[in-house]
Amino acid sequence: MSLIEITEVKKRFGDNEVLKGINIDVEPGEVIAIIGKSGSGKSTLLRCINGLETIDEGSISVAGAQLLPDELHLKALRLKVGMIFQGFNLFPHLTAGRNVMLSQMVVKKTPKAEAEVMAKKMLERVGLGHKFDAYPDQLSGGQQQRVAIARALAMQPIALLCDEITSALDPELVNEVLAVVKELASEGMTLMMVTHEMRFARDVCSRVVFMHQGRVHEIGPPEEVFAAPKTPELKQFLGVTH
Amino acid sequence: MSDFTTWDILRNLLLSARWTVLLSIVSFVGGGLVGGALLFARIGKGRLGPAFARTYIELFQGTPLLMQLFLAFFGLGLFGIDVPAWLAAGVALILWTAAFLAEIWRGCVESIAKGQWEASSSLGMGYLQQMRWVILPQALRIAVPPTVGFSVQVVKGTALTSIIGFVELSKAGTMVTNATFEPFTVYGFVALIYFCLCWPLSKSSQILERKLNVAHRNH
Ligand SMILES: Nc1ncnc2c1ncn2[C@@H]1O[C@H](COP(=O)(O)OP(=O)(O)O)[C@@H](O)[C@H]1O
Ligand SMILES: [Mg+2]
Repeated sequence: MSLIEITEVKKRFGDNEVLKGINIDVEPGEVIAIIGKSGSGKSTLLRCINGLETIDEGSISVAGAQLLPDELHLKALRLKVGMIFQGFNLFPHLTAGRNVMLSQMVVKKTPKAEAEVMAKKMLERVGLGHKFDAYPDQLSGGQQQRVAIARALAMQPIALLCDEITSALDPELVNEVLAVVKELASEGMTLMMVTHEMRFARDVCSRVVFMHQGRVHEIGPPEEVFAAPKTPELKQFLGVTH
Repeated sequence: MSDFTTWDILRNLLLSARWTVLLSIVSFVGGGLVGGALLFARIGKGRLGPAFARTYIELFQGTPLLMQLFLAFFGLGLFGIDVPAWLAAGVALILWTAAFLAEIWRGCVESIAKGQWEASSSLGMGYLQQMRWVILPQALRIAVPPTVGFSVQVVKGTALTSIIGFVELSKAGTMVTNATFEPFTVYGFVALIYFCLCWPLSKSSQILERKLNVAHRNH
């Protein structure tokens, strides 16, 4: 059984069908890059997996847990899958440490002392142990995004969804975030990431999904997808001219 | 000409100003409590809650406070219930304040970025947990200046209760004028007392706004 099973998923906004029957199975420890033009449905797919959007047809399951739109199922699913956003979305009124502690204490009812130990550990892991008491607006974009990663990791998810997590960063800050992701990948974390960092996708990912107009247009290992794109759409997207 | 010294006038006015202050506090605190409940109904997920709260807010914002006072005072009288002026004044002002505070606070809650909801959702928090730990703490600091600012409207609103016979500062002004025939002096003092009550409030609203903006924007 795959870790994440996405079967015939359709999603409409009004009469705009954004996902037109998506099938992807993700094995434990896989790192999936999702690429494609803006508007092709990449974010919507990730948001469906995390239950931020409800699906109209099909099914999604994570580690055997079905995605159903009630609070209990959603919470169970979200404890298994963490999500990192393009805009960081740190809680601005809390320090970095508190950001990482909050959901442990509120959702998992972890005692404060334990949550604090975990928060320190996770901030260390992303190289920000010394920023425990800093507020988000005292951190650079790259640092904020690493705190967001630590915050998600503190919930001990079995998979992470990353939606263009470096797109809002200045170029010189991209690498510090990608380095953290790479580290996670090498530790065996299952990752699905929408990204424009083709080099990163090529080096780190086990499979690449090319989305086009709400469908999985091509899927395969990076060497195939990047070196030998089959469809004209992917060729055009990659800027390959023959 | 009159048997009243200026001090007599001022003393009488100040004594009745206590009722203006008390009514303002009661209205503001009571209105805050009812307004808080309205806020939750208004932004909640159900269908009935938001519909009720929206109608309530529109009704109270869409009619003059004076009419609300009349309805509270005379309306219940029609059913044979004798409503004392202080009760009608208190109830009407509480309900009126609640409508405005609920609407001010709704604006503050809705100004919190959507990403805050999404991030807290994705971490497994439920609606009430998100509200308690993520949304309200941020909305609260935005809400302080306009809320303090609105308290000025409440103080001024209490003046209308003189019309249904509640003896607060304005009513006392009329009564003292009738006894002294010195309307200019009397109402001059009345205005001055109102100013002394309202000015610190609006000033502190301004200062709070600047403070919350300048000092670390977010915490
Ligand atoms: N909340 C929404 N309401 C309506 N349409 C939406 C919403 N979110 C996304 N869409 C539409 O869905 C399509 C795919 O969007 P998205 O998944 O964000 O694409 P991508 O992430 O690949 O750029 C776009 O046409 C977008 O306008
Ligand atoms: Mg997107």
